[in-house]
Amino acid sequence: MLIGNYQESYASDEAIFRTPATRVWMGLALLAAVLFPFVAGDYLLYLANLMGVLALSALGLNILIGFTGQISLGHAAFMGVGAYATAILASRLGVPFWLSIPAGGALACGAGMVVGVPSLRIKGLYLAIATLAAQVIFEWIFTNWTSVTGGIRGLNVAPASLAGWRIDTDARAYFLIMTVAVAHYLFATNLRRTRWGRAFVAVRDRDVAAEIVGVNLFRTKILAFMVSSYFAGIAGGLWVYFTKVVTPENFPLSLSIQCLAIVIVGGLGSIKGTIYGTVFMTLVPELLKATTGLARQVWPTAQSYLFPLQDVVFGLLIVVFLIFEPHGLAEVWNRMKRFFSLWPFEK
Amino acid sequence: MSDGLVHLLQLLVSGVVTGGIYALVAMGFVVVYKATRVINFATGEFMMLGAFFGWSAMSALHAPFAVALLVAVAAAALLGMATERLVLRPLLGQRTISVIMVTIGLAAIFKGLAQIVWSGDYRTFPAIFPRAPLELGPLIIPSRQFYPFLVAVGAILLVGLAFRFTRTGVAMRATADDQMAAFGMGIDIRRIFSLSWSLAAMTAAVAGIVVGIIGGISPQLGAIGLRTFPVVILGGLDSIGGALAGGVIIGVLENLAGGYIDPLLDGTSVKEVVPFVVLVITLMVRPYGLFGTREVERL
Repeated sequence: MLIGNYQESYASDEAIFRTPATRVWMGLALLAAVLFPFVAGDYLLYLANLMGVLALSALGLNILIGFTGQISLGHAAFMGVGAYATAILASRLGVPFWLSIPAGGALACGAGMVVGVPSLRIKGLYLAIATLAAQVIFEWIFTNWTSVTGGIRGLNVAPASLAGWRIDTDARAYFLIMTVAVAHYLFATNLRRTRWGRAFVAVRDRDVAAEIVGVNLFRTKILAFMVSSYFAGIAGGLWVYFTKVVTPENFPLSLSIQCLAIVIVGGLGSIKGTIYGTVFMTLVPELLKATTGLARQVWPTAQSYLFPLQDVVFGLLIVVFLIFEPHGLAEVWNRMKRFFSLWPFEK
Repeated sequence: MSDGLVHLLQLLVSGVVTGGIYALVAMGFVVVYKATRVINFATGEFMMLGAFFGWSAMSALHAPFAVALLVAVAAAALLGMATERLVLRPLLGQRTISVIMVTIGLAAIFKGLAQIVWSGDYRTFPAIFPRAPLELGPLIIPSRQFYPFLVAVGAILLVGLAFRFTRTGVAMRATADDQMAAFGMGIDIRRIFSLSWSLAAMTAAVAGIVVGIIGGISPQLGAIGLRTFPVVILGGLDSIGGALAGGVIIGVLENLAGGYIDPLLDGTSVKEVVPFVVLVITLMVRPYGLFGTREVERL
């Protein structure tokens, strides 16, 4: 059991993975992640890719909500901006993916900046409603600006390719998505330890006090919006190369709500919680699907209740977590770890 | 009268009809916000459930419309109270994000349950009102818009009068005004919270039935609840008068945009997005709305 952590240099004190045990576990996790596509079936791979994209997007939302305390109901719209920018660059101008995805992220970042401007004047509930309006308006633009977005038929994108290596299977998309997601995970982890990351948290905890100690509120809030929508934009871009098609229905309000649910269930302000939340919120509907599939043998109409049941369970999870476990799965995980490391002495 | 003028009046009339429904929903929304500072994202789902309650009473129990309306309102009142007690009260005083998310979660639960109980099919109310449209000179108001509109206006008046004159109404206004002072005067704040939610559910149920009569009902009916946000922000989140004005303004603007701008852009419907553009402009220029309390807060 870890009872202390003796550091001899600043570098080791600042390390992200501070103990040998953590480093070993992280190494094993990385190895497992690399080997995963060679053993997993198609469906599992599809789910893993979906989780990678969702986790990346939810990570951005957690930076905005969990770190900075600004509420956004329009996160899916930023994913949409990134996805459309990527798709248009790739399909019309033939831009390679390693340029079109960052470009999508940059454009989403700009959109986030514009939407973030009202946060100068309004906060809390009003900001939530302003971002809701942004969601509705962006969705409308995706559907109706036919000459650019292809309207409801959307845009088709050719698979990405790098030096003759075409990313056309789910297994190959997996490596692209996971590389980008892990890089951004590390970026988010580091971000919290920087001057800006601390400023985010200060704004969340008490905006007036933050202002007094010299945090420029407006700049900090705008930056949080920009970082958050940049993450969403990158996630959107990956989504494009994963599904090869982008339509307005890919980025509805319900996707924004799903990202919010991931953040809430995973743990507000917890980066690893976001990952737990993504995995949990993706696997629960799958579990339900499997259960109704089994129930069909005794009760033939069970399948027709699947989608409504998924709605109910989704809502219940949000409500139950908010009321009984407001710090989310990250806290559950910590508690479990504590229990096992202190057992049998914890009372 | 020229055709253009008739067209304009026709749009105005249907705008007012839509606006009356928005105003009714917005009123319940504002009552909850005033009392508990909670924004209810499940408003649309309360409407949908209310509509299904009314529809079930009419089609399964063969109740006359007035009875069905009462049944729906009573069921909605219970639902509102239960929601407040079980879900909202544990979160009293929590962060804004928690309170917003919990109502979003509720919306998902209600939608799923409605689909399980009533299936996802599209239903219509049995014929209730006389079929002959109302003719005002050259203007024609379809009967299925006119009579439901009367129901909505009646409900608005009823709630407004109850607020003005009943003891409970005064207590609710006092609580909204100054919670501590009201508590000191012996008003049971928890009861007021509970009543506010049941009142919101009741107005939403009536609005749901009205919308259901006009356009049919399905579990997707709740989507219309999103439209309340432009209305309440324009009117002012804590103003009942504002909810009424906002409802009519948004309803009329929406219909005017649909009538004049949509035909110019083929295949594009501006109607859906206009309320939200108004919402953004309001937030930029006057975040507290037309009649809301101006909260001075330096950021």
